[in-house]
Amino acid sequence: MAAAAKKTLAVWKFSSCDGCQLSLLDLEDELLTLAARLEIAQFLEASSATVAGPYDVSLVEGSITTPHDAERIRAVRACSRALITIGACATAGGIQALRNFADVEEFTRAVYASPDYISTLATSTPISAHVPVDFELNGCPINKRQLLEVINAYLNARRPRVRAHSVCVECKRRGTVCVMVAHGTPCLGPVTHAGCGAICPAYDRGCYGCFGPKETPNPASLDHWSGLEDRDLVRVYRTYNAAAGPFRNASEAHE
Amino acid sequence: MDGVHVIERNDFDALLDALTRRGYAIVGPTVRDQAIVYDEIASSADLPAGWTDEQEAGHYRLRRREDEALFGYAVGPHSWKQYQLPAEVKLWRARVDQDGGLSNVTEPPRESPRYAFLGARSCELHAVGILDRVLLGGSHPDPADAGRTKDLFIVAVQCGEAGGTCFCVSMKTGPVAERGFDLALTEVLEEHRHYFVVEVGSERGADVLADVPHGEAVEEDRTAAGAVHARTASQMGRELDVTEIKELLYRNYDHPRWEEVAERCLTCGNCTMVCPTCFCTTVEDVTDLAGEHVERHQRWDSCFTVDYSGIHDGAVRGSAKSRYRQWMTHKLATWHDQFGTSGCVGCGRCITWCPVGIDLTEEAAAIRESEEGPK
Ligand code: SF4
Ligand code: SF4
Ligand code: SF4
Ligand code: SF4
Repeated sequence: MAAAAKKTLAVWKFSSCDGCQLSLLDLEDELLTLAARLEIAQFLEASSATVAGPYDVSLVEGSITTPHDAERIRAVRACSRALITIGACATAGGIQALRNFADVEEFTRAVYASPDYISTLATSTPISAHVPVDFELNGCPINKRQLLEVINAYLNARRPRVRAHSVCVECKRRGTVCVMVAHGTPCLGPVTHAGCGAICPAYDRGCYGCFGPKETPNPASLDHWSGLEDRDLVRVYRTYNAAAGPFRNASEAHE
Repeated sequence: MDGVHVIERNDFDALLDALTRRGYAIVGPTVRDQAIVYDEIASSADLPAGWTDEQEAGHYRLRRREDEALFGYAVGPHSWKQYQLPAEVKLWRARVDQDGGLSNVTEPPRESPRYAFLGARSCELHAVGILDRVLLGGSHPDPADAGRTKDLFIVAVQCGEAGGTCFCVSMKTGPVAERGFDLALTEVLEEHRHYFVVEVGSERGADVLADVPHGEAVEEDRTAAGAVHARTASQMGRELDVTEIKELLYRNYDHPRWEEVAERCLTCGNCTMVCPTCFCTTVEDVTDLAGEHVERHQRWDSCFTVDYSGIHDGAVRGSAKSRYRQWMTHKLATWHDQFGTSGCVGCGRCITWCPVGIDLTEEAAAIRESEEGPK
């Protein structure tokens, strides 16, 4: 098995903070083994040397916010056999998708001295809105163990152990006491995609929804039960995954 | 073996010492994260002395008691399931050969400690029995599952207080444990005396008791214990009419109530995770990066996840309605056909720990009322 030819990996960045791709460098213990099976052909965060495509697998970080991005992602897709998005930006549009709910021109006028130089789209959209995506890894930032799992699964031609059920399942497996039921702390865990390992509730905090909506989420019921005010509920859903369908609908329902 | 005995509170630690000396790992109630959970217990200082729990649908709060009762609460978010069927178990590991075949398949040692469950309630003893039947009653029981409960020592506690979501009286599973324990304690708190009335349920129980300072129970002690049992039985927070409940639910497979509860249900799976009898697990295969080894893991899963009913072309139970119906009918109806008992012992955990307070006793009652009119 191990004798198989090395696969090439490329890492691409669009509108994002770099946190997700740095998770790759954060895999200190596994990097050497990874390098034995994968040729990291394009990864500007780690090295300026690049190898021309096509690539076996591309990891894409960041969302599409400019006309240039929209062009470039097509080129990335064209030179990638498998395309995996990493993080909330690439998968759902990221925190920058807050612009989708506002007037971008107003923002650019407020922020830039010469707004005329700014070429930007009215929305921040996920990669899947532009090109077909083979796998989406959620999280803001992603969990490095999950990134490793996805790469590992890809290399070994198996299904990744990445489940789309609630964070609650992760809380219960680790024996964490429910912060909502036992403490009255508002928590997005029941509508949020698993993957972080239920970190926040283990530290006595509610889930912030960094991993975006779970499979078949039901925010309307959770919101009704929470007793929070509309204003707060809008804020709760307008974070890193504000533009992810079910969270977007949830925040709009409270506007 | 028979006879009823008394252990004074001040001698209680001798019971724990006697168990420890016999090599048992004692697990029991302790306060953590503002709840009473199960964990290893070294001495009575680890027990939730003076704490109780306030429970309602979707609501749990730890509250201070006016006395120093060690077991003055109902049941918490944890159950003994976590020892009987741990949340994650590595099943085997193997080498991947050049041709993709597997060799050197090894099962990791999976002996568990010899546990003593301290403070198990009547409903919980029933649940342990039901889960054992599920895990061990089939044609291919996993020896590791059998090992976890084989030498179990059970110190039951007769409930001194029912929780706001308890309904063991309806399910005929409590509140008084009649068998299935080695020792059963009823905690009695009087103004100047704190003691335990002890029933012995096995030879092992008698042997342990012999190592603990104790006396024979006198008439007043028995009366005091009986009063505790009667009080608890009268305090049930919930009830469930189980008359022909299997037939009722089978007849009402298309009842509109399933749609209504599905509007509220988050399909989060909490109810199944906290249920002491829910046994569903998934197996997941992992490889090492080099592709030279594979491992198979078993983890808790739930009929509320999409993948759990996933087949080649998607999930069989795609809607929240079908998943809630699967859960409730399995607990209260199909379990009878499958395992010969109810899958529910009336512990109330699924009601308390549902983040939006969905209550299966209320759902079942609504379906019954639609046929029979309000009670
Ligand atoms: S169905 Fe609910 S009340 Fe019944 S045993 Fe399970 S958790 Fe307890
Ligand atoms: S109710 Fe669901 S999780 Fe529980 S045992 Fe039945 S199928 Fe499994
Ligand atoms: S259901 Fe009955 S046995 Fe179980 S905790 Fe409540 S009162 Fe005790
Ligand atoms: S009944 Fe409650 S705990 Fe169970 S899946 Fe639905 S919302 Fe979650």
